[in-house]
Amino acid sequence: MIVYLLTTFLFVLGLYCLVAKKNIIKKIIGVITMEYAANLFLILVGYKARGIAPILTKGASKTEFVTKSVDPLPQALVLTAIVIGLGTIALMVALCIRLYERYGTFDMSEIRRLRG
Amino acid sequence: MLLMIFLLIFMNIGAIIAIETKYLLSSVISIGAVGFGVSIMFLLLGAPDLAITQVVVEILILIILIRGTIRLDNTAIEKYRDTFAMVASLIFFGLFLTFAYVAFKALPEFGHPLMRVSREYLQHGVERTGATNIVMSVVLDYRAYDTLGEATVLFTSIVGAFVVLRSQGRKKVGEEDTTQVGIPGDF
Repeated sequence: MIVYLLTTFLFVLGLYCLVAKKNIIKKIIGVITMEYAANLFLILVGYKARGIAPILTKGASKTEFVTKSVDPLPQALVLTAIVIGLGTIALMVALCIRLYERYGTFDMSEIRRLRG
Repeated sequence: MLLMIFLLIFMNIGAIIAIETKYLLSSVISIGAVGFGVSIMFLLLGAPDLAITQVVVEILILIILIRGTIRLDNTAIEKYRDTFAMVASLIFFGLFLTFAYVAFKALPEFGHPLMRVSREYLQHGVERTGATNIVMSVVLDYRAYDTLGEATVLFTSIVGAFVVLRSQGRKKVGEEDTTQVGIPGDF
């Protein structure tokens, strides 16, 4: 329970950074924090106490493997989610670089004057 | 268990420093500390594939963010503070944490997952797919269409970043065409 709550606190910190900060790089850092917290939470839900990694080694018995292994399904889903997170963050940083070239600042309240 | 709690507290402190520090470079480095903490957590939770992927992605995120921040602008923005937004968001997130605490009581206890679907994968995965790593058998066999969709999303984001960042922009009104496209010759 305390593990879940600490992970949620990490998520809330990222959400606070995304909402309350003015700097757009800080906003990106908030998104990264939220992404880490969400991935970590999914893996925590699938953890089995004193579990082993879901890799069948040579000479291991099948029944012991099935009873002791941690949940492989959230791991498989999070594995792709991590890589997707990298792609979206690269896109966000690219947009930030273009915004800086246009407006000369990272301040969100200065970037309000959008033109077509 | 105790090690996990210590690591999570370390990651929370790293995130607080990343959010509240003045300079963008130290903020980016603190978020790197959080990312490597996540990687060690994955290793403790029995997910070595994820730990490897997380390390690689973390290093790439550091490189991308440093390219975005250092060369341009490394200063903090402190013209004024929006006190109303800060207080309102803090109250809202306190409520969020409270409701999350209530919701976590419905979850299975930490260390005892349900694993209704995964038991099938663990029992028959090796014979049906031929992969001893069950995570890979799920990614590349049982849910291969899902992975294909994710690859499409990744490709789209790369194309988006390329289009935004390319140096040659739209041509001005009245400017002549400089590159010839289509079939050469007189038509």
